[in-house]
Amino acid sequence: MTDGIDIIYGERVTKDVDVERTDKIKGGALWLGAADLERVSGWTRKPEGFCKGEVCTPIPIARQGDFVTPDHKLVNLVALAAMLGQPMVVDEEHRTWYFGEAAAERRRALTSLMAPDFALPDLDGRMHTLAEHRGKKVLLVSWASW
Amino acid sequence: MWQALYEELGPKGFIPIAVAFDSGGTAVAEPWIKAAKPTYPCLVDERHIVAELYDMVNVPTAVWIDERGRIVRPSEAAGSTDAFRKMDHTNFSIPPAALAELQAKRKAYQDALRDWVANGSASKYALSEGEVLRRMHTPDDAKARAAANFRLGQYLFAAGHPESAQKFFAEAKRLRPESWNYKRQAWALEDPMKAGGPEFWAAVDALGDGKYYPPIEDI
Repeated sequence: MTDGIDIIYGERVTKDVDVERTDKIKGGALWLGAADLERVSGWTRKPEGFCKGEVCTPIPIARQGDFVTPDHKLVNLVALAAMLGQPMVVDEEHRTWYFGEAAAERRRALTSLMAPDFALPDLDGRMHTLAEHRGKKVLLVSWASW
Repeated sequence: MWQALYEELGPKGFIPIAVAFDSGGTAVAEPWIKAAKPTYPCLVDERHIVAELYDMVNVPTAVWIDERGRIVRPSEAAGSTDAFRKMDHTNFSIPPAALAELQAKRKAYQDALRDWVANGSASKYALSEGEVLRRMHTPDDAKARAAANFRLGQYLFAAGHPESAQKFFAEAKRLRPESWNYKRQAWALEDPMKAGGPEFWAAVDALGDGKYYPPIEDI
């Protein structure tokens, strides 16, 4: 048994993450070191806010304490995810945190009417994407064994 | 059903991509795929990624995507109707009138696909952008929360915690009662017979006048 927690951020799974301020876990905060934040979520802490690739989102000045500790060493992933509109679900028994995709992001992708791409395996484990069939008319159809 | 259509329409630039929403993975999907002997892609989607991307709540559900990668028909029942509800719940026999209705709907759907492949954007079944948006069910916060609960449940199931998984599946089902995918997948992980057994039929009967497969307006 370790003291770390498992964090699933979208499709990124990071096991046994050190949580620096465990006293706050149950209060809905998840304080991580800056390096762990990037490893877990892809977001980095910069002077202008939280950044991922070209995208930066500023920290609301009045609520800075919710996001960053005064010594700037720890950041709160729960506050960041809430600001981004991401749903969070926690299984405390198995110390697992899941952060999903924001509804607004899903809505934006779908209402653009560009079919969202994906990569999935066939029975032999070979990966297929939707994009590789560009130029054809595609019937994307679901089924299930159940 | 799709193999024959692919053989007919494939040379005209058409391809089906079948996606199995099966958290049990290849082990449960394989016998079905092998029986169908498909030459088109049959993919296994353990996490129901495509269901979330395209807001699908049932099977079989389909989306039409044109040569430019644009959605020309949003998620809808792919040639299925509620006539299956007239099936005997134990021996699965079906009255002739209901069977005829199922076959007619399937043919109408395939004919609509033929029309689209022949006529492209001029086909009356290739919907305008406004009409696609009008028919589309778009994600909201409750759906995003439901998806998050379902996904955590799958993660816990795969990690060997089936009882914890069912707690999160239950929350996903509560947030999105219209999702048969959530209900039936959760049942199937509990007991492979349950997804098509008495619990399933009781839930279908509880719909009353409500629809299992919402009718498509123009097919």
